[in-house]
Amino acid sequence: MPEAIKLRTSWQEDIAEIRLMMPHPMETGQRKDLESGKPVAAHFIETFIVSANGQELVRGQLNTSIARNPLFSFYARGLKAGDRIEVIWTDNRSEARRDQFTLAGR
Amino acid sequence: MAERLTMAPFSAGIDTLRRRLLLAGSSSWLMAPLLSLTGLRPSRVLAADASRLAFTATTLADALKAAGVNKSADSAQIVIKAAEIAENGAQVPIEIVSNIPGSRQAMVFIDKNPLPLAANLHFANGALPHVRLQVKMAESSRLRVVVKATDGKTYHASREIKVTIGGCGA
Repeated sequence: MPEAIKLRTSWQEDIAEIRLMMPHPMETGQRKDLESGKPVAAHFIETFIVSANGQELVRGQLNTSIARNPLFSFYARGLKAGDRIEVIWTDNRSEARRDQFTLAGR
Repeated sequence: MAERLTMAPFSAGIDTLRRRLLLAGSSSWLMAPLLSLTGLRPSRVLAADASRLAFTATTLADALKAAGVNKSADSAQIVIKAAEIAENGAQVPIEIVSNIPGSRQAMVFIDKNPLPLAANLHFANGALPHVRLQVKMAESSRLRVVVKATDGKTYHASREIKVTIGGCGA
């Protein structure tokens, strides 16, 4: 199973910064394996959704141009400590990962 | 594979996805029965609501066209923060802030990457059009951000980023 998503929160007054890391190789499909010399197949996160209490905050589609272990910061108003944050991603091999978090207070 | 099985008990998430399917329009209606049959297949669901063609386009012009960006106004209200020179093309941190009212979608294009469209982000329910992320850059290139607002208008901004070591093989 893919590695767990990591999430950290910080606050700037009423704006929550949600910092998340989705461990993933994000293979471009352009790279060759150093030992065998064979091309490494593309393997990347295609879609992800960040939601709070079941309401979608950010929905994204990605490509191979996103760095390995994608790191994102998003910012949202109207959240409070204890809110349930859910992050889900799916990749081009139909692998997926879903993790739930409780939003930290200030 | 195991993860997909463990998703089944999270019915709230499925309901959210299904609701979006019902809202998204006629083509998505066709997907709804499929979704309920197969449990949860978010990649299929999401593929229905935006063009994968834009992501597989190999030139900037094709990517912009497939993403539905016909004409857009240059806007100083879109701020792109990035180092002028990125030492490592495999990991180039950028920050994007749109000060255009009603910004609901931001797309990131890197002109000279093999697949120029890097990300397509939608903001809703209090999420601000502000994001920090790390991209790969094959070589020095222009990075452009296209923002769509709720008024239906499209805006863009861009900046040059020099790369000393390309990130294509990363």
